[in-house]
Amino acid sequence: MSCPVRNRSFIPPVALGDYPVGTAFPAGHLVDTNAAWRSMRPVIDATACSNCLICWLLCPDGVIQRHDREALQIDYDYCKGCGICARECRQKAISMENEGNYGT
Amino acid sequence: MERETKAFLSGNEAVARAVRLARPQVIAAYPITPQTTVIERLAEMVEEESLKSEYLHVESEHSALSACIGASAVGARTFTATSSQGLLYMAECLHYASGGRFPIVMMNANRSVALPWNIYGDQRDSLSLLDCGWIQAYAEDAQESLDLVLQAYAIAEHPEVLTPMMINLDGFVITHTYELVNVPGQREIDFFLPPFNTTNKMDFDSPRSLAFTAGPAYNQAFKQLQHLAMVKASKVIGDVEERFGRLVGRNYPGLIESLYCEDAEYIIVTLGSVAGTIRPVIEKLRSGGERVGLVRIRYMRPFPDAEIRRALAGAAAVGVLEKDISFGFEGTVFTNVSSALMRAQVVPPRLLNFVGGLGGKDISAADIELIFKRLKKSEPGETVEFI
Repeated sequence: MSCPVRNRSFIPPVALGDYPVGTAFPAGHLVDTNAAWRSMRPVIDATACSNCLICWLLCPDGVIQRHDREALQIDYDYCKGCGICARECRQKAISMENEGNYGT
Repeated sequence: MERETKAFLSGNEAVARAVRLARPQVIAAYPITPQTTVIERLAEMVEEESLKSEYLHVESEHSALSACIGASAVGARTFTATSSQGLLYMAECLHYASGGRFPIVMMNANRSVALPWNIYGDQRDSLSLLDCGWIQAYAEDAQESLDLVLQAYAIAEHPEVLTPMMINLDGFVITHTYELVNVPGQREIDFFLPPFNTTNKMDFDSPRSLAFTAGPAYNQAFKQLQHLAMVKASKVIGDVEERFGRLVGRNYPGLIESLYCEDAEYIIVTLGSVAGTIRPVIEKLRSGGERVGLVRIRYMRPFPDAEIRRALAGAAAVGVLEKDISFGFEGTVFTNVSSALMRAQVVPPRLLNFVGGLGGKDISAADIELIFKRLKKSEPGETVEFI
């Protein structure tokens, strides 16, 4: 199954002509990365993860990304650190870690 | 109805006939006097299957326009109608629709705004929402209301415009007054108005982000594009009217209609049905040798600034008559007309604002004669006069 993944090669518009007409266009993001309010970050322990996808399903910001053969990944540019994924994980494979430990 | 027919219709019924001819896939509405009979007629048409459309009975005007936004976002042609408090209740959705560039067509029955509670006509409802990014047209009679609805889809859905359009009918005076109306045939309207087709929609074959966020770095560009599309609409309106005239046989004069302005010294600028009261007064005064004229504004957005400057360039005195007041200053139509004149430094020696018809107060032929008398007086008066 294909799944949507953030387009990291997206080039933001510069001239007016680069913008879409209306608020419908194929890919990209026009917001600044906005994760600065996160005090705790979820970290997935890939060895404990059963790939049940509960976290992927429940993340309110859609920042948990699944890939066909790789472990789940979190897009920390947009994760707000709400902790829903860690609370709902049945394998206790997600821990909330102090953001200060990551130097941000 | 394949061929053109004549029918005795109220303004609301004429709008319902036009909507049926335009074949919207989704209609969502909530009843409010004096709009109710439009959506009653449409509900009957859907029930009897003379109109194949999803008709959504929603619980409020806010939901009515929200439903139209959702339907438009999957590429459907949509219609809704409202009035007064209902229009104001829709206010946040009006911006959503224009910002999302969803070409929804809406009829608004112009009605006063409470308090004091009142169901009769003035234009404070729509004029207080001039800045919401919708094209705004004002009809004079039922025939023009019908034709404006048909033209509205062609204008709003034009790929270079993609902007929703509001057609304003004076409450009761147009909405509930019966006249003989020419109803075009379905075949000619199908030719004039092919099905809506857009890339600005949710589409499983071409997935897109919809109704997204744009932060400070990008937001303004979207607003600038909306402005440019609205400016572009001025030309598209002329093109659509020209095509409508060719296919349907009725011609319209663009953003304004001017009457005797080429030689008029004293001109009234107004909008909506009161123009019908002014016309015979002008004929009477002109037959007595007085050089008087009329500018009827048909579109408030996009605003006809160049057209108004041309029409008023030779006037000695101009009176703007409107059913609106921006408390503490002047009527909003007057503000717009004044700005258009100032920008080109075409300033008539006298420029007065007459506010009337609030809450349905009658504007009589005698009132119009009084306005022309006031325009001829040389001493300065109050800038805003209530008639």
